[in-house]
Amino acid sequence: MKELDELLQQAETGIQQAADLRGLDHYRVLYLGKKGQLTEYLKNLGHLPEKERPLAGQKVNIIKQKIQTLIDERVTILREAEVVNQLAADSVDITLPGRHQQVGTIHPVTKTRERLEALFTQMGFAAVDGPEVEDDYHNFAALNIPDLHPARAMQDTFYFGDGTLLRTHMSPVQIRVMEESKPPIRIIAMGRVYRRDFDLTHTPMFHQIEGLMVDENVSFADLKGVLINFLQAFFEAPVPIRFRPSYFPFTEPSAEVDIGCLSCASKGCRICKNTGWLEVLGCGMVHPNVLSMAGIDSERYTGWAFGLGIDRLTMLRYGITDLRALFENDLRFLKQF
Amino acid sequence: MKFSETWLRELVNPALTRDELCTKLTHAGLEIEEHAPVAGDFSGVVVGHVMSLTKHPEADRLHICEVDVGAEKPLTIVCGAANVRVNMRVAAALEGAVLPNDLQIKTTKLRGVTSQGMLCSARELGLAEESDGLFELPANAPLGKSVREYLQLEDHFIDVSITPNRGDCLSVVGIAKEVAALTECQLTLPVIQEITPTVKNTLPVTIHAKNACPRYVGRVITQVKADALTPIWLRERLRRSGLRSINPIVDVMNYVMLELGQPMHAFSLDKISGGIDVRISKQGEAIKLLDGSDVTLDNKTLVIADNKNVLAIAGVMGGLDSGVTLITKDIFLESAFFNPGSIARAGRSYHLSSDSAYRFERGIDSTMQRHAIERATELLLTIVGGNPGPIIEVSSEKDLPQPVTIILRAERLAKILGCHISTVDVENIMRRLGFLCEKNATGWQVTVPARRSDIALEVDLIEEVVRLYGYDKIPCHYPTAALQIHSSLESHIPLQKIRRLLCDVGYQEVVTYSFIDKKSQALFEPEQPVKELVNPMTAEMGVMRASLLPGLVNTLLYNQNRQQARVRIFETGLRFLMQNEQLVQQRTLSGLINGFALPEQWGVPNRAADFFDLKGDLQSLLTLTGAVDEFTFKPDKHPALHPGQTAAIYRNDKNIGILGSIHPSIAQSLKMDGKVFVFELALDFLETARVPRYVAVSKFPEIRRDIAILVEQSIPAQDIQDTIRHEAGDLLKDIDIFDLYQGKGIEPGQKSIALALTLQHVSRTLVDEEVTDVMGRVIGALKGRFNAELRG
Repeated sequence: MKELDELLQQAETGIQQAADLRGLDHYRVLYLGKKGQLTEYLKNLGHLPEKERPLAGQKVNIIKQKIQTLIDERVTILREAEVVNQLAADSVDITLPGRHQQVGTIHPVTKTRERLEALFTQMGFAAVDGPEVEDDYHNFAALNIPDLHPARAMQDTFYFGDGTLLRTHMSPVQIRVMEESKPPIRIIAMGRVYRRDFDLTHTPMFHQIEGLMVDENVSFADLKGVLINFLQAFFEAPVPIRFRPSYFPFTEPSAEVDIGCLSCASKGCRICKNTGWLEVLGCGMVHPNVLSMAGIDSERYTGWAFGLGIDRLTMLRYGITDLRALFENDLRFLKQF
Repeated sequence: MKFSETWLRELVNPALTRDELCTKLTHAGLEIEEHAPVAGDFSGVVVGHVMSLTKHPEADRLHICEVDVGAEKPLTIVCGAANVRVNMRVAAALEGAVLPNDLQIKTTKLRGVTSQGMLCSARELGLAEESDGLFELPANAPLGKSVREYLQLEDHFIDVSITPNRGDCLSVVGIAKEVAALTECQLTLPVIQEITPTVKNTLPVTIHAKNACPRYVGRVITQVKADALTPIWLRERLRRSGLRSINPIVDVMNYVMLELGQPMHAFSLDKISGGIDVRISKQGEAIKLLDGSDVTLDNKTLVIADNKNVLAIAGVMGGLDSGVTLITKDIFLESAFFNPGSIARAGRSYHLSSDSAYRFERGIDSTMQRHAIERATELLLTIVGGNPGPIIEVSSEKDLPQPVTIILRAERLAKILGCHISTVDVENIMRRLGFLCEKNATGWQVTVPARRSDIALEVDLIEEVVRLYGYDKIPCHYPTAALQIHSSLESHIPLQKIRRLLCDVGYQEVVTYSFIDKKSQALFEPEQPVKELVNPMTAEMGVMRASLLPGLVNTLLYNQNRQQARVRIFETGLRFLMQNEQLVQQRTLSGLINGFALPEQWGVPNRAADFFDLKGDLQSLLTLTGAVDEFTFKPDKHPALHPGQTAAIYRNDKNIGILGSIHPSIAQSLKMDGKVFVFELALDFLETARVPRYVAVSKFPEIRRDIAILVEQSIPAQDIQDTIRHEAGDLLKDIDIFDLYQGKGIEPGQKSIALALTLQHVSRTLVDEEVTDVMGRVIGALKGRFNAELRG
């Protein structure tokens, strides 16, 4: 009997020390297996005197159960440990970058165009475009700029041999819309325009947005309201805004609009030439001649129009200091937007 | 228009600082470009007289001058200027003088000779950007007088940007009238006296082109001293307006133009044969102009001629031969009113510009001609002397601008401005502007002075009212309009969405110029007729692009030169195609990839991007249409693309674009690094999507069968798929190509292609026999059509 106690002792030590399930199985076989030590014991019970047999049998069974329990407990512990080990082994360096295709970005001018469109479509303006190679009529004559008008020199124009030209502003698109539709008209036209000018602050191609509203009772006061509303929404700040008289052949009265310089908060700096103001757009009440030529009754209807450079607006918004960067397409520049 | 502030303030002097005055003008539509001091900041410079001159013993180019500066003893000053001479009056900087840029003048030794100051050039005093030699003062300049005081240099020039409608502000008097209107300050105009003729000399003047020249005023002045010196005050005023002094007669002409806005011209009387004839040119007539250029005239140009020759292109530029020189004795002055259109036409036809043409084009005051000639005569008599003849005037009243009377309706004023301006305010503004204004039942009847040729319509008056009233006083409104939903088609794919998708698959949007180099065009679109600019900015911007690809390739090269090893870019915009001699401005989307297929990263074996990377991106893009089945890719040829890697893209039967690899010879000649793949698509055919229609999803199991076949390399995968699809019929849900192999184990010229077929019935489970039957037919067809061999 004493042997059995020793056997239990040994089994317990062995099981506790089993490092993994395979090692543990060794002990199960050793003690409980078909040829295991306890099985042998049970087989050998017959050799004992009859009187001792029940007690011995009981004892063997108790030991057997104890060992089984020890093994079961050990299995649980080892399984848990195995999971823990597996998890540890499967751990990754989550700071490593993920596998990816790089996402690109739209051009900053497009970014501005999309913002402008979003702002004006809120007010029911439709976005339109038209041809870039234009005829003289739509680019000039229909805008109250007859052939020898000095205003033609304001916009140095690119010409083709057949008398067509590259549009110098988005106004021809307005004309085409007025010719084809009836008031009320609310449109914005955005696109590429061309003037023969190339220096630090001019590129021969640039982008403009023009807006047009024609309806009964559309006034200069409305124009002021809309443009202030628009500029402050665009810059997301209550920027100061002033309207100055100016001249465009296609509007009367005409105005140029300045915003308080963004880089010096109107204190005066190099960017605003110490005036505290930056000129951003031109606008005015559509000239009655322009309405009439487009077939709109200029007594019944009035309208206003404005135009501004999208490139310049983009530069102001994102703090871009070199206009030419917009068309160099350096990927390191473009990826910032 | 650039002018001296002091000059302006002689005519009108409001109690405003310079800055306030400039702001006032800017707010009235006369935008100030610039204002700055008329001279550099200097002190200690006085009028000196060069008494004697000796050569510096040690230096060839230096002179030692004895200069009288009004002090007890003359100074010794070493001078290196070439134009220094005895008896010259100069600006002498004394010891202790400070010149612009803080240059301190001290007594120093120059090559061993002590110099007690410095003789100054105009540039050194900040009077000119550049100058040649010493600044010479008139012989009567008082010795020892401060040069600053003598030249009245405590003055600023003001440069105003004049809009094309305000020709009336292209003179100091015009600006002064505007300032007076804005400030209600007293105006003191120059008093113009009628000059009594002292000789009877006249010249016959005939106007044949009355429409282009409704008024011509002239005067003969005999016995002038054309070599007299222009007084310093006049020269200074010209300089402060940005004009050079030429000779006293021309200087006076320019001065009167600056003062009154009337361009004038002086002829040498002896060069005029017979009389003046103002007429339209005859084809082929020639003239050598004052700027030295030779011009052959057309038959539409207004000219001033005599009985033999053309003397001047009227209002634009005089001829060299008939101009005044230092030896001219008798002169003929011209002060005319020319029709703006005639002058603009001539200027443009011969690419000529002048201060005179600039003013005539914008419209001058048609009543100013006599005043101007009297003013010029008065100045000439004091400067060059001479005997004035009587004024000669030829006018055609009916061709002159007629006085303009306009009705201004109070109701219209309020409607356009969106606010009410009181009658008192309106009438006050009219009065200040010098417009005659009479109240009537609906508003006012306004008569506009001749100098304001820009005012022709009611709306012009409205602008004048609000300009003086103040734009800032107009309230801000939000317009009201009917709230209405604008229809928008779900089947229209906004460009924004197309751009986003490309960005999302790794493309960067670029914007390149619409005009490109003719040579690049020829490389990419050799068959396209070019749309060429007459006046391009540079030769590299000479033709309108027939393809966006040259621009994208240039962008690639630009970035490859800046170590960008992976480029994925796209652009949208017009391309310009000539189709049947008609220009088509086609909205286009183009893209380019080069370099690695994926960004460099760990754990992913990288490789160079190829045709199928680009095609895959395009296919992603096509999914936007919800109609990928409408698109096919067919082998094609393109002059700029690799003949074996070019596909035309079709939507149904319409060719909508191209995709391919840049031709190796082009890649090499342009020094592209690595292979470059491009696409170009007509946007109009991409922007229509199919609005989805629901199709029931089959509840029955799908069955997949894989086959691998060996076929000739040249057989397109598309044909194999089409054959399978045709043969398998409705049961076939999908085909995927999951492997393509050529190389070891496969005979050259052959390829192994593995396909997965997914079969499914809409309303029941497929049985094995059906599947076996379909596969049998498919394999049979492939063998029959392509001689395909089934692999293991």
